Amino acid sequence: MATMNLATQLLQMLAGALLLISFAMLAERRSRRLVTLLVWQGVVLVASTALVAATAHQSHLYYSAALTLLLKVGLLPWILLRLMRKLGIERDNEPLVNVPTLMLVGLVLVIFAFGLAQPVSALATTIIRRTLGIALAVVLLAFLMILARRKAFTQVIGFLALENGLFFAATSTTYGMPLVVELGIALDLLVGVFIFGIFFFQISEQFDSLDLQHLESLKED
Amino acid sequence: MSALATVTPLAVLLYLIAAWLLVGALGLVQSNRIGWVARILFPLGALVALGVAGMGALALTADFTAQSALLPLGLPDLPFHVRLDALSGFFLLLLGSAGAGISIFAAGYFRQGEGTAPGLLCLQYHVFLASMAMVILADDAYLFMVAWETMALSSYFLVTTQHRLPEIRRAGFLYLLMAHVGALALLLCFGVLHGGSWQMTFDAMRGATLAPAWASVAFVLALFGFGAKAGMVPLHVWLPEAHPAAPSPVSAMMSALMLKTAIYGLLRVSLDLLHVGPWWWGLLTLGLGLGTALYGAIFAAVQADMKRLLAYSSIENIGLILAGIGLALVCRSFDMRLLAALALAAALIHAFNHAFFKSLLFLATGSVMHATGERSLGKLGGLIRRMPWVAMLALIGSLAIAGLPPLNGFVSEWLLLQAFLQTPHIPHAFLNMIVPLGAAIVSLTAALAGYVMVKFYGVIFLGQPREPALREAHDAGALERLGLIWLALGCVLIGIFPQVALDVVGRVTLSLVGTTVQHGQSAWWMTPVASNRASYSGLWLWLGLLLVIGATFVLVRLFHHGRLRRTPPWDCGYPWQTPRMQDTAEGFGQPIRHLFGPVFRQQRELPLPSDLQPRYSVLISDRFWHALYLPLARLTRRIADSLAFLQGGRLSIYLLYSFVTLIFLLVCVQ
Repeated sequence: MATMNLATQLLQMLAGALLLISFAMLAERRSRRLVTLLVWQGVVLVASTALVAATAHQSHLYYSAALTLLLKVGLLPWILLRLMRKLGIERDNEPLVNVPTLMLVGLVLVIFAFGLAQPVSALATTIIRRTLGIALAVVLLAFLMILARRKAFTQVIGFLALENGLFFAATSTTYGMPLVVELGIALDLLVGVFIFGIFFFQISEQFDSLDLQHLESLKED
Repeated sequence: MSALATVTPLAVLLYLIAAWLLVGALGLVQSNRIGWVARILFPLGALVALGVAGMGALALTADFTAQSALLPLGLPDLPFHVRLDALSGFFLLLLGSAGAGISIFAAGYFRQGEGTAPGLLCLQYHVFLASMAMVILADDAYLFMVAWETMALSSYFLVTTQHRLPEIRRAGFLYLLMAHVGALALLLCFGVLHGGSWQMTFDAMRGATLAPAWASVAFVLALFGFGAKAGMVPLHVWLPEAHPAAPSPVSAMMSALMLKTAIYGLLRVSLDLLHVGPWWWGLLTLGLGLGTALYGAIFAAVQADMKRLLAYSSIENIGLILAGIGLALVCRSFDMRLLAALALAAALIHAFNHAFFKSLLFLATGSVMHATGERSLGKLGGLIRRMPWVAMLALIGSLAIAGLPPLNGFVSEWLLLQAFLQTPHIPHAFLNMIVPLGAAIVSLTAALAGYVMVKFYGVIFLGQPREPALREAHDAGALERLGLIWLALGCVLIGIFPQVALDVVGRVTLSLVGTTVQHGQSAWWMTPVASNRASYSGLWLWLGLLLVIGATFVLVRLFHHGRLRRTPPWDCGYPWQTPRMQDTAEGFGQPIRHLFGPVFRQQRELPLPSDLQPRYSVLISDRFWHALYLPLARLTRRIADSLAFLQGGRLSIYLLYSFVTLIFLLVCVQ
């Protein structure tokens, strides 16, 4: 019982860390630091998944933890950093909305997510059901980050953070998705990032910048 | 899985389909060597087709029971189910036997440097064949739709072989569009058919009990979806565009085989998956079928392009088949099994016949096009002297499609008319008045089809060459001839031994409507209902015809020989005649154009009496195109335009749309 409690508390702490990192990402303007934050988010995710696996005796979750470690802590950040170096991205411009406003909107979203998750959490039987609200909040915050940024590169990081939130939601409510689905999603992510990379090169070649405002000129009248 | 381990017809069929795919893939090995692709791979494909036909025939033997198997393919929880029964056996027999002839012809037909590389063409061609076989074998909605869409896509690429021409790209797009609209209806149809059990196997659908209203919805969706593929009016617009655009063997495959998969699907859904429905299902199908038949025949009569003419003739034949199916549905709803079986047998035999004579004619037009480079009837003529083989075989096809005894077209049209004439027993006053009208329309259509074929054959092969270049035309090569002979042989054999065809089809009607049509006691006569009503013997008629012709020949030689003299024909006192003065395709079709004037949308340019260089032109187009499709397209465009403000060009705004939608949906869920 005591270990159970300890595990639950640990998990809730990790969930809190996830949310904190999300807010940090929302406020961060430097691309390199954003990648670092993404790595941290991945680490927290790996830790929480492994913890759930240990406490709930779900052995397939170990595989998904390993997969997450490999992909989200290792491979994807490496690709992103390489892209950054090649494209010479240092810092993002000012967000479309200024940071304090963004934080306030984020707060509203977190409250919304918790309200939303309450009836669902009551139904869930897993040990970390209370964290569903946090998972949802992470998803919404990541979406907000994609919305509020100008550069394609930052948006991709937001996209990856969004996927982290979804993954966390899946582990916290149903002990993760079937391994087949998870493998599929992992592959999708990897391919997605490769394709984004190609797009980056194309966009920066066309417009000499990754600022997506230039794309407005593509609109057909 | 169990059925795969032992040698059963179904297992052999699956291996044959895999062999088709392999043959197609081998085409990529040396895709530009025409000798490898055409002389080796296409004949191999034809051999496989013969195997498919043989396995299909095995499924039609008396002691065959339906076989099913699970394929280790598909999604994890959604494996592919396949099943071989009498209905699929019949259509596989059709696919294999007609497909073998077309493949042999194609081996001699495809040349270097005509659009797509030969190897790629070989891949698309064999994927097309394999997907049609899979459509017929599929036993769950998932595999059926996968195979159905593969069929549509592979045939799209085949249609757009010469994709550098804009009008061919346009025809291909129209075809793809209609194929997708039809597939959408089918998807919805299967969604209704499972009846809330969410089981996508056909077995579960057979067992599902649907409310009458939902069953009707499913039927109408199936009729729409399969009708779009079959070329049912008013969903036929793609057909006269896509068939002429494709290379001739592909037109032959689409017209002879692909349209039949739609017929197969309609039969599968309406007679196998759905239980007995109300009589108006049958009446709807019957009405649409008769309309389609008449419409196709009338339009075929006024065409000036030989492949368009054949495409409209396909529409006509599909209409006849649909009419037979409609009549079978009407009879089944009143539990008149024998009449239902008769109408169904007529439809099935007509489907089989159409596969043979229509592919024969399409392939013959292919030979003519290769020999002359012309598609327009106005520039052909007199080819019987330059291309005796093609002319002779095309004559057999033309006579068969015109419904003349003793060839196969007569058999099925006769059976269809018999079915119509037997129906005064229907216990429904309204239907009793309608159905004889159907018989009249079938007769009119048959007569018009004869008219069309006289025009087709007469303008291309008879008379004098209308262009000087035609004098250099050459006959078809050996492989092309072989393919044509195979198909012509099919036409002749079914015509002479119709009772065999009736026996074979009896296996299908037994499984679908519960009874067979006996052809009577005698092995030589076909007496579908009762001997005091009507009987027909192809063999005796054939022998009689041979006797009369032989006797005439002998008598002429005996009494008239030696008194022959050759003179120029009387020139009406006008000695400066050129081949251009012969009756043209437009001229030949003119009476029909006048008679059925309101059916067409005509744009005519008549020369003034004072014109020094008079020109006459007439452009005939489809009323449905202007009355239905263009307004629909305009409406779509207007709606799209009015929504264009959503496309602001700013990425953040687009993302905001999704974000707001997400939040909104989340609130709704709560």
